[in-house]
Amino acid sequence: MTALPLISLRSVSRTYRTDGVAVTAVRNVSFDIAQGEIVAVMGPSGSGKSTLMNMIGLLDLPSEGAVHLEGANVAELSEDRRSSLRARSIGFVFQSYNLLARHNAIENVALPLVYCGVSRKERLARAEQTLQAVGMLHRAHHFPRQLSGGEQQRVAIARALIASPLIVLADEPTGALDSRTGAEILALFAALNRTGQTIVMITHDPGIATQCRRTIRLHDGELVSDETVAELLPRRSAAS
Amino acid sequence: MTMLQGFQIALHALRLNPLRSFLTMLGIVIGVASIVTVFAIGSGAQLRLQEQIRSIGANVLMITPGAVYQGGVRLKDGSKLTMTEGDVQAILEQIPEIQAAAGSLAGTAQVIHEGKNWNTTINGTTTGHFMVRDWQLASGRYFSGAEESGAGKVVILGSTVARELFAAGDDPIGAQIRIMKVPLEVVGVLDRKGPAQDDVAFVPLSTAKLRFLGSASNINRDSVAYIIAKVAADGQMAGARAEIESLLRQRHRVPAGQEDDFKVQDPAAAMEAQQGAIRTVALLLVAIASVSLLVGGISIMNVMIVSVTERTREIGIRRALGGRMRDIRLQFLCEALVLCLLGGAIGVAGGITLSMTVARMAGWVTSIDSEAIGLALAFSIATGLIFGFYPAHKASRLSPIEALKTE
Repeated sequence: MTALPLISLRSVSRTYRTDGVAVTAVRNVSFDIAQGEIVAVMGPSGSGKSTLMNMIGLLDLPSEGAVHLEGANVAELSEDRRSSLRARSIGFVFQSYNLLARHNAIENVALPLVYCGVSRKERLARAEQTLQAVGMLHRAHHFPRQLSGGEQQRVAIARALIASPLIVLADEPTGALDSRTGAEILALFAALNRTGQTIVMITHDPGIATQCRRTIRLHDGELVSDETVAELLPRRSAAS
Repeated sequence: MTMLQGFQIALHALRLNPLRSFLTMLGIVIGVASIVTVFAIGSGAQLRLQEQIRSIGANVLMITPGAVYQGGVRLKDGSKLTMTEGDVQAILEQIPEIQAAAGSLAGTAQVIHEGKNWNTTINGTTTGHFMVRDWQLASGRYFSGAEESGAGKVVILGSTVARELFAAGDDPIGAQIRIMKVPLEVVGVLDRKGPAQDDVAFVPLSTAKLRFLGSASNINRDSVAYIIAKVAADGQMAGARAEIESLLRQRHRVPAGQEDDFKVQDPAAAMEAQQGAIRTVALLLVAIASVSLLVGGISIMNVMIVSVTERTREIGIRRALGGRMRDIRLQFLCEALVLCLLGGAIGVAGGITLSMTVARMAGWVTSIDSEAIGLALAFSIATGLIFGFYPAHKASRLSPIEALKTE
């Protein structure tokens, strides 16, 4: 394959300095993510998963090494440019949903488009379509507190998708959900991936990782394995 | 993110907590309302003074009785009428800068015309009075020489008195009115000169002495209560004043070293000084009101800082979703601006209401000018920008990673 990887990490390390003590959260990590992949990043808490995600999501920069997004070294972009890239190219899904409590579902979904310079009318029209795609249109005018956890996460996924990002970054997306709802959310991610959406999912749950074709394992900030399975394991519901 | 979007987001955020938003802008409301009110009252007072200055006439000197000594006892100013008609004549004849001069006696009385009556000032004077004050007739004529010397039973009415005694269509000229049972013929009605000036009826000085005011104590046959004199040109005021003073000292035989028994005043100059004083007081009050604007600004900054802290997570989310630092700054700056502008608008409305209330309740003249409103609004915008900048800047500098971690 000669196609340029979407994301490319080369010898990436990230060191934090707190109270004069240097802590290395990520150490010498290299991997590529290609268009259309669904990747699980696994590891116990403190293994550097979140730091890695912050760097892939352009919220943080490596201390050493380089992160490339579509071939561009993100460290060489201005802060403003990285922000604009976040708006257009990255879709975040958080464990705790992170919806704005004082805005209803459709306003939350439309929010990234505010930072893409899209008019209000078009924002709301596109937010409606996206809510429809995640099956949440009937809750468009509900506020986050009026929605269940699974519903909030669907709204958050719609928000991540609205700007048609290159990559969806999900940080423990099922961590706050019961197993049945979690499975529904995972099924939604799988369906999205089948339409060609690149997804990187951070998790410490091996059950979730088995649903992804590729799994990257971290331990103490170091990459310990990067495995791709030829075929996804049959889904449990299909097996039984 | 555009300015418009910033304002939309700001309005949304402020609507969620209306009481807090209102309390936050209260300082601005009070500050702007006081500035507008103080301006309205101040410029109203100035208008009124200017009106009075105009009504006195240009380049007018006024001579009133001063302190007198009777057997070594110093009596109050004006307790004895020290000026006479002879003084008026002497001033007119001997001081070339004086164009016109007139002596007056004044009192109050009831004037009656048919079923209507009105209490007003009766001023006994000569036609020179109208010349000094540049006071034109609306209709009729001034006193004739014969009427002035022969105590003619004629009267010239100020416009207020004419309005009170005569129905709208009636021509007062030639009508008979009565003052203290004396029938008088109305020979003239004066132009309007100002609310405080028009409530008066003029009779010839000789008529006033003979029929109305002559029996008052301390009056010698020639006495007048005050003299007004018109100086030909503005630059001659000081010279004319000095000449009048020396002439009257000589005529009144005031020994050297003793106080004059009269006073020469320039009422327009005195009023101009008063006007300056009003301006000073108004500026002082505006300065005090500005302090309240300052306090209002600080309270906005305080609430904005709290709000930034409360909404740290929101800021983190917005940054993660692509908000640039300047978008965050604009968002919070817009909130401060909306608070100040809204507070300013409410303040302007409150100030206008307050000054209209003052005008009605206290009877003061107030004048609301667009300049004061513009100034107050400009002040509140400046307050929003100055006091909103720091919290907005602070918000924009938050690290998105840290902000997302806060609860």
